[in-house]
Amino acid sequence: MSSRETGETAVPPAVEVTGLHKRFGDLEVLKGVSLSAGNGDVVAIIGGSGSGKSTMLRCINMLELPSGGSISIQGEEIEMKPDGRGGLQPANSAQLRRIRTRLAMVFQSFNLWQHMTVLGNVIEAPVQVMGVPRDEAIARAEKLLERVGLSDKRDVYPAFLSGGQQQRAAIARALAVEPEVMLFDEPTSALDPELVGEVLAVIADLAREGRTMLLVTHEMKFAREVANHVVFLADGVIEEEGSPDIIYNAPRSERLRKFLATVQ
Amino acid sequence: MLEWIAGLASWELLALEPPGWGGVLLGGLAISLQVAVGGYLLGFLIGVGGATGKLYGGPILRDLLDVYTTLVRAVPELVLILLLYYAGTDALNQLMLLIGAERVDISGLAAGIFVIGVVQGAYQTEVLRGAFKAVPHGQIEAARAYGMTSFQVLRRITLPGMLPHAVPGLANLWLIATKDTALLAVVGVAELTLVTRQAGGTTKSYFLFFCAAGLLYLMVTLISNVGIRRVERYARRGMPAVR
Repeated sequence: MSSRETGETAVPPAVEVTGLHKRFGDLEVLKGVSLSAGNGDVVAIIGGSGSGKSTMLRCINMLELPSGGSISIQGEEIEMKPDGRGGLQPANSAQLRRIRTRLAMVFQSFNLWQHMTVLGNVIEAPVQVMGVPRDEAIARAEKLLERVGLSDKRDVYPAFLSGGQQQRAAIARALAVEPEVMLFDEPTSALDPELVGEVLAVIADLAREGRTMLLVTHEMKFAREVANHVVFLADGVIEEEGSPDIIYNAPRSERLRKFLATVQ
Repeated sequence: MLEWIAGLASWELLALEPPGWGGVLLGGLAISLQVAVGGYLLGFLIGVGGATGKLYGGPILRDLLDVYTTLVRAVPELVLILLLYYAGTDALNQLMLLIGAERVDISGLAAGIFVIGVVQGAYQTEVLRGAFKAVPHGQIEAARAYGMTSFQVLRRITLPGMLPHAVPGLANLWLIATKDTALLAVVGVAELTLVTRQAGGTTKSYFLFFCAAGLLYLMVTLISNVGIRRVERYARRGMPAVR
């Protein structure tokens, strides 16, 4: 049961984004976005291309440096300082690295490390970053690979796998750091249509076990099924947000109605 | 002419023990290989530093590195070797006198390694810079997203990721390094070419000794090729073969 459903407020939200701005030169991609996800929430972020949804997700783990605003994970704010060019930069790289290990990201184009086997990819962050003993990391990785259905591929290099298999391996890699929050950046957009299902099944399975997830996606039907909160971004601002029922059945804004009409 | 053919046939001159010169040639080969290995490794360190500096350094560092790679690659290696060897040792001694220390005798071996290293460094900087850029950005991003430090990203992701793109260029440079050692003969380092000339000069069997030296250089290349193929197979382990 997510905190959104119980209405609990004493526990700080898993992710809290406040007044997030992002400029690329003169182009303002995010114009003050605020968003909060409680523990166990599955937040789907939808919107047209160029609406800033991927940029927002990438700002949460600082792959994209925000121009303004703040981000807190479980109540701990990521320390930032001005970069002298009107933007922000991390002020405490040790803190940022620590927070990054609590957020696991799954990328649109998988981004598996090509020179490592599937198993190597899954144990890399636990062993190198978190200092988990190798045997222990391997034992855990084997369980995770079994869970995503890739036990027989543990010693295979990513380039020899299908897109769907690579993305499932990337999800196993994300799970290996035992993240508090999982960030999915259009996880099925680079896949052939017939491979989308196998990846969505794994993500749905994770949602059911109560993992906190932020999911940028184009899969409207899927977002509706797994998310308990949907955020519609348009032109760098949150145009509308709410439960999937409301967003999909009773959209208030004209833009959301138009968007849903074009994608459904 | 008769004498020349007779010289070619005096195989006993290649005997390992004096009066044969075989041992001397092998000694020269050992010096050549030491200079090549040392210079190549020094060049690799300079190359990794230079490539990262060129890609991620500030504007001043980038300009300095540009000057270095451009100058070294513009000037003929023989000139560079003469310049770095004589000017380098002289500068070092001036510096030693300046700080009140004794003049030092720099061994030809150490100077040779330094000179080859500086030359190799410039070329390796460019080979590695290109290879670094060939590593897909997403893989570096993923490494950062999972909390790696910049050094961990370099060691665990960028260096192994760029290796398949760097091996052909680096292999070429290794073979060039083995042969560049011959240029050190002009500054009196007792490497294979110099001792070959000495052997030829003493015995007048130039043809025999230079053929022998040529064969030794060829052996180095053939053995290197075996090693290069292994390194390449290892570096490309994650890449499907192109047919």
